Amino acid sequence: MTFKSGDRIRVKTTVPTGHCRTPFYLRGKEGVVETDLGAFRNPEELAYHRDGLPEIELYRVRFDQTHLWSDYSGKANDTLIADIYEHWLDPAS
Amino acid sequence: MAESHTHDDHAPIEDIDRAPTKYEILEQTIRELLIEKKVLTADAIRGQMEDMESRSPEKGAEVVVRAWTDPQFKALLLRDGTAAVETMGVDMSHAPKLAVVENTAEVHNVIVCTLCSCYPRKLLGIPPAWYKSHAYRSRAVIDPRAVLRDFGTELPEEVEIRVVDSTADLRYMVLPMRPAGTDDLSAPELVKLVNRDSMIGVAQARDPSSPPHESDGMSSRV
Repeated sequence: MTFKSGDRIRVKTTVPTGHCRTPFYLRGKEGVVETDLGAFRNPEELAYHRDGLPEIELYRVRFDQTHLWSDYSGKANDTLIADIYEHWLDPAS
Repeated sequence: MAESHTHDDHAPIEDIDRAPTKYEILEQTIRELLIEKKVLTADAIRGQMEDMESRSPEKGAEVVVRAWTDPQFKALLLRDGTAAVETMGVDMSHAPKLAVVENTAEVHNVIVCTLCSCYPRKLLGIPPAWYKSHAYRSRAVIDPRAVLRDFGTELPEEVEIRVVDSTADLRYMVLPMRPAGTDDLSAPELVKLVNRDSMIGVAQARDPSSPPHESDGMSSRV
């Protein structure tokens, strides 16, 4: 499954042990894919000196700040960008 | 008052010979083992540290000014940061991919790494201590407008604040807006307006009509 720009996604809420690059504050949150950044070796494997293969697609995802934080004090159009690997993303229903 | 003993005027001396933290002990142990097992040499580690510490935000400022003055370069920089800075002689062979985000009158980007301290070191050198602090890394995502105010950066209400959390394999740098009234300035004069913090996004490029801050030092000390 590969996402494309404009797709709505939801970040998985799993809590695996070990190293990962998906911040807790984004888990379970919905966002929009901005850009497909290409494939990279899996950092969750590289962290343990494995080869990180196969490579995993990385996406730049945009989130609305008012969705991330219920008490967000800034403006409604403020956003946050994070780069998230494909295996952390589900299509938003 | 009739005190005969006088001190020289000097800053208080900090005791740096405190007990090491557990992470410092761990780092030292691993380093010594790597050297003992001939995986690394002490000189290679020293050389790497020297190389890291020799980089400064000056390179990033040159890239910004090139983008301000060369539309073709700017287009490439925003599309493929790594390829663009390589044309300026920056060695990116062992560096993560560089992405550059543009600040405009509508969108203001600010960079953070909430997971650790990812930073475009090839262009900006070693990150400042505050960039690695828990306070900045948590507050920048939760309340970026307050963080910007703390840095003295007041933006119009309608500007979209876009926090960029560099979570993965790219390193992000901000292309700040070119200040107004700088059309007649030369490239070396423009470089002096591009302070480090404007390339992180916690500040804007310096307005040439206001005097430089002492703490901005970067361009005035070289």
